[in-house]
Amino acid sequence: MRIRRDRALSALILLPSVVAVGVFVYGFIGWTAYVAMSNWNSFIPDLSFAGLRNFADLFQTPRFQIDLRNTLVFTLTFLAGCLGIGLLLAVLLDRQIRGEAFFRNAFLFPMSISFIVGGTVWQWLLNPSTGVNLLLESAGLGALKSPWYTEPRIAIYAVVIAALWQMSGFTMALYLAGLRGISDELREAARVDGASDLQLYRHVIIPLLHPITLSAAIVLGHVSLKIFDLVFAMTGSGPAFSTDVPGIFMFETTFRGNRFAEGATISIIMLIMVAMVIIPYLIYSSRTEAEA
Amino acid sequence: MVRGRPRATRVLLYAILAFFAAFYLMPVYVLVNNGLKSFREVSLSRMWAPPQQVTLEAFGKALRELAPNLRNSVVLVVPAALISAALGSVNGYVLAKWKFAGADVVFPLLLFGMFIPYQSVLIPLVQFLQWLGGLLPMPLYGSITGLVLVHVVYGIPITTLIFRNYYATVPTEIVEAARIDGAGLVGVYRNVILPLSMPAFVVVMIWQVTQIWNEFLFAVIITSNPAQQPVQVALRNLAGSQIVEWNVQMAGALLAALPPLLVYVFLGRYFLRGLMAGALKG
Repeated sequence: MRIRRDRALSALILLPSVVAVGVFVYGFIGWTAYVAMSNWNSFIPDLSFAGLRNFADLFQTPRFQIDLRNTLVFTLTFLAGCLGIGLLLAVLLDRQIRGEAFFRNAFLFPMSISFIVGGTVWQWLLNPSTGVNLLLESAGLGALKSPWYTEPRIAIYAVVIAALWQMSGFTMALYLAGLRGISDELREAARVDGASDLQLYRHVIIPLLHPITLSAAIVLGHVSLKIFDLVFAMTGSGPAFSTDVPGIFMFETTFRGNRFAEGATISIIMLIMVAMVIIPYLIYSSRTEAEA
Repeated sequence: MVRGRPRATRVLLYAILAFFAAFYLMPVYVLVNNGLKSFREVSLSRMWAPPQQVTLEAFGKALRELAPNLRNSVVLVVPAALISAALGSVNGYVLAKWKFAGADVVFPLLLFGMFIPYQSVLIPLVQFLQWLGGLLPMPLYGSITGLVLVHVVYGIPITTLIFRNYYATVPTEIVEAARIDGAGLVGVYRNVILPLSMPAFVVVMIWQVTQIWNEFLFAVIITSNPAQQPVQVALRNLAGSQIVEWNVQMAGALLAALPPLLVYVFLGRYFLRGLMAGALKG
């Protein structure tokens, strides 16, 4: 009797959250998809059915083609950078470093700062006439000076630098926690077998860190697929759309240009890209959790 | 530990760490250094040179400029973080300790909500807030109240996740014992679970406070009136305008970054736990 009442109560407690998320996530996505298949491309709502024409048009739009290329380049370099820097810093910090807490915090604190602040300050740091270029010059490395985000061919990499500053501490923290979880016995056993430090990392430690690499890649990958604030604050679309991303295109076309159907279409593509990364991961994690 | 040429390896190791530390700290130096300069002194070619005369003039100006928006951010963050933490706690409790049929389906469906690109809900969200605000005596679209609602709802997945994973570590025997003593669902929560919840509340509150403080997309879309805008949007307007002095922009950026930065400095351990939970590791 009591059990049954409690069970009903437990469903009742969840109900408001389930309804809220149901409406705000799934309902709204459904409505966005509907808008994406409509002719609503002016200030006056026009929800007549357009089928998939907006999608076909979007993929023909040069700006969106550039956006997809930028997203791909950004995601790959950002991921490689985060994983590489994160692993390097974690391995170094794991070697009984004096002042470890200082270094760890110096690497991680940018995670707590907003992309808007980060974008604002990196806009100045990578401004060709000041910032990093001044430093390089005074260090006698004038040859390394760069036009950074003012040169269309490399502008996107300038944004990657800012993104690495902001997020690579995350992979460092994940890897460091992973390294701390590997027992000393295992390391000793490998050493007794005659493994060098390099071999120890290559054949024992890094393989043990694979699950962390996977989680980090998924989390960072989905962040980079939907990146918006950082680019918006730092460079906007950039010269010749060289730092434009779908998030910015969506924002401008919808809320500056009143092209709601086009904006909805872009956001549905963004959702599909993120879902392709996240859904397999959610299924994978709930399975491994069930096994555990 | 280190064999071969230990001295040289150690020096190299510290050199690499110092290089990266300089890279990560460089923006903070630039913000502080130029924020402390007067308008006369600030110049692109002297970005790295320390101020000849330290002045708080830029900070004063940035503070006057951003004060209403800093206040808006506080008014936004406090209720949004509190309410979403409370919801997360009861949800997490039910999902961890009262597994009912369908819980295994509901939970991942909730979780998916924290990964979506919010662009995919913006258009209906604006329409919905305009509609709902029209039915209520207060506006939702364009107001901090509306923004609180939005952050509460989209905060449910992460707060539920953190609490559920935390409660999963509470031994079921304690819950069973309380039930044998006659406690029901509410009694177990109040007498057993809630008193144990402090660490999870700290993690969730810190996470939500920094996330909502830093959030930009919802804020810029929902509050178009400058008087209602949170500080990140106001900072963007300040930094995006050509007429505002450079030193004031730097000072303003530091002011907008300060609360999360202080949270990180004093409560970094808990911040890190929220971060790890975001990677679905409890």
